[in-house]
Amino acid sequence: MAGEIGHFALLLALMFALVGATMPHIGAARGNAAFMALADRAILAQFSMALVAFAALTYAFVTSDFSVVNVATNSHTLKPLLYKISGTWGNHEGSLLFWVLNLTLFGALVSWRGRKLPLRFRSRVLAVQSTLILGFLLFIIFTSNPFGRLDPAPLEGNGLNPLLQDPGLAFHPPMLYLGYVGLSVAFSFAVAALIEGEVTPLWARWVRPWALLAWVFLTGGIALGSWWAYYELGWGGWWFWDPVENASFMPWLVAAALLHSAIVVEKRDALKSWTILLAIIAFSLSLLGTFVVRSGVITSVHAFANDPARGIFILAFLAVVVGGSVTLYAWRAPKLAPSGLFGVVSRESALVVNNIFLSTFAAVVLVGTLYPLFVEAFGAGQISVGPPFFEYAAAVLMSPLIVALGLGPLLAWKRGNVSRSVQIAFPALVVGFVAALVLVWRTSGDFVMTAFGLGLAAWLICSVVLEIAHRLRLRKGASITSSLRKITRAQWGMSMAHMGLGFILLGITISEAFTTEELTVMAPGDTVEVAGYDFTFEGVAPIVGPNYTAIRGFFTVYDGDSILTSLTPEDRVYSNPVMTTTEAAIYPLFSGDLYAVIGEAASAGRWSVRLYFKPMISGLWLGAFMMMVGGILSLSDRRLRIGLPTGRKAQASGASA
Amino acid sequence: MSRFVPLIIVAALVALFLGMMLSDRNPNEIDSVLVGRDAPAFSLASLDDSAPALTQADLKTGKPVLVNFFASWCVPCRAEHESLMRLAGEFQVEVIGIAYKNEKYQAIGFLNELGNPFSKTGLDLDGRVGIDWGVSGVPETFLIDGEGIVRYRHWGPIVGDSLETRLLPELEALR
Repeated sequence: MAGEIGHFALLLALMFALVGATMPHIGAARGNAAFMALADRAILAQFSMALVAFAALTYAFVTSDFSVVNVATNSHTLKPLLYKISGTWGNHEGSLLFWVLNLTLFGALVSWRGRKLPLRFRSRVLAVQSTLILGFLLFIIFTSNPFGRLDPAPLEGNGLNPLLQDPGLAFHPPMLYLGYVGLSVAFSFAVAALIEGEVTPLWARWVRPWALLAWVFLTGGIALGSWWAYYELGWGGWWFWDPVENASFMPWLVAAALLHSAIVVEKRDALKSWTILLAIIAFSLSLLGTFVVRSGVITSVHAFANDPARGIFILAFLAVVVGGSVTLYAWRAPKLAPSGLFGVVSRESALVVNNIFLSTFAAVVLVGTLYPLFVEAFGAGQISVGPPFFEYAAAVLMSPLIVALGLGPLLAWKRGNVSRSVQIAFPALVVGFVAALVLVWRTSGDFVMTAFGLGLAAWLICSVVLEIAHRLRLRKGASITSSLRKITRAQWGMSMAHMGLGFILLGITISEAFTTEELTVMAPGDTVEVAGYDFTFEGVAPIVGPNYTAIRGFFTVYDGDSILTSLTPEDRVYSNPVMTTTEAAIYPLFSGDLYAVIGEAASAGRWSVRLYFKPMISGLWLGAFMMMVGGILSLSDRRLRIGLPTGRKAQASGASA
Repeated sequence: MSRFVPLIIVAALVALFLGMMLSDRNPNEIDSVLVGRDAPAFSLASLDDSAPALTQADLKTGKPVLVNFFASWCVPCRAEHESLMRLAGEFQVEVIGIAYKNEKYQAIGFLNELGNPFSKTGLDLDGRVGIDWGVSGVPETFLIDGEGIVRYRHWGPIVGDSLETRLLPELEALR
């Protein structure tokens, strides 16, 4: 029954999307306010129907209704409840339904939070959003129906891929989808502005919180995915430059560029055409990400559904949405003449530098991801360009960005003074150099790139601190607390996010260079020393979980003579479907992570084990967390809340994140 | 004019994707320029510290030899690994591995995890040997006859039926 309700709700949502995608444009063309106002109701109706459909599918998963094909293929009665629920979006059909739910959710939020937007503009935005929803609904209903029935219904389901049965992965896709889909709002705003032929600073003020929200979700989603890879795949890696990872990284880079360029539009009424283009590209890359995962064009470990018919549909949809929006852009761009001018040395140009590097990096990642396709299309074989290419590009493009990042926030709008800014940031420069030199000296010149990365990270972190100190010093006579209170949340958010990048860089640099690794065979009672910590192997024990059996290894870790912790990595064998997974045991210390993996049984009661010490790796998750907190702080800033500026004070208050 | 650039790029990408999806995606059989010639000279440090350096002399064994370029970071390499294990086991072919742009510990970790089909493994840290062999990416596999002459080049992973339909017939022809 739930299945039929869900299916019916999808069809109703399709009808509402059809109304929502057309009527507002007719209304805007004829100046009919009633037609335009339909946009709000249509989006709410779409949201309600998508919610009903999603609830119906979740219900089918939770109650293990195996008469629904999707549930029978992806669930199992013995699965823990959390993974029954996460199974709803852990498969092709369900994840698309989740996409639609989020598209309608964001549309409804725009309608709710955007009451102060002019009706004409809001209805255009919602109409574009409805068009996107329409496309996804057609895709679901015609190629990927999540409610298909199975007769006779099997008694037991096939189970979910055990790799996906993990708390990290239960929340990784929803976060990522919220990020991808959040960018649809920026896209809808951009297309609506192109249709109206006008981009104002007010437009940037409206669109920026949505881009920021999407970026925060993307940051969280990518960080969760990376953390999952770190502890679940069992070789301590956290980023593989796999096509699917790149597919989430590209929108993140472009969204980051968009956040920064929207500030220039808002403050200085410049870079309008570029910002619109970024908004279009950011969402197009999100769609490309979806396409990459599902079409079978690029093979990847993450791919869910490789079905050419679906691929063709997505390609057609992509061609209409992306092709249509860039055509509109080519047509309307000349109308978007900039009015604000700025000097070569200014906050604006620092943000332009940021945009150039971020978008170039995104382009390089795109080329690296698609290059194997080009090679194949032009007659060679299937190949993988691999991390060396991406790592080189990251080093070349991100280093100057980070140098500029330390200075940018210190430059004034319109016309900055570079020598004044360098003067303020000088101590950070010294700290960076000293950090790099000390490392070169201590390692007798073996780790030049590491020293460079460390120097950059130190420079960035120090310059953020100096920038805050500089702000405080500007207000002579005022008490520290009142000065601290004067710094807006958006400014705190900016500093937080920038510092987070510094910590990520620190984590990457140090852990890549100084990870200590022991691949060895141990018998119970053996002790191996890794980076000054003694790992004593106490033996193994079999463990029975709800839907798996496992071998659990026991290690006691000593720091000198005192017991530091015990680590219990597992090697699990899931029963439905049969699959082995590795559960690494990780103990985070301030200086780095102790990481243990239990492998195969060797002869005479001995086991192959992998033991690591990964220094500073927590910098990655800490940095990503700081970026998210920074984004949320900035979002909570009153000035950024959607709506018209409420007074002179609101307009005049300081610089922004 | 620049406002048309995004449109042109999107159109080109759509055409590329469409082409990729409509073709049945059998990678074209373009032979390497090396086919019919002596394998390029090289000398690489062995993965096994106690073994001597791996050189082109190791290829002239009087029997056909496969040379496989792989890397631990390469996902298709993981996919084809089972085929290499079968070649070394079931089909009794000597397979020589070259770890392409891979640190020693990474290559060892990869082989420890998936099994080692290679009789000898060399480390091509900077990818120079890969360049000499004309490798455009990993994995790539070369079939060398007993005299050290390259007879066949396999682009990309040996997965699906490409072991039975492509590599094995070439191998049988040499035996």
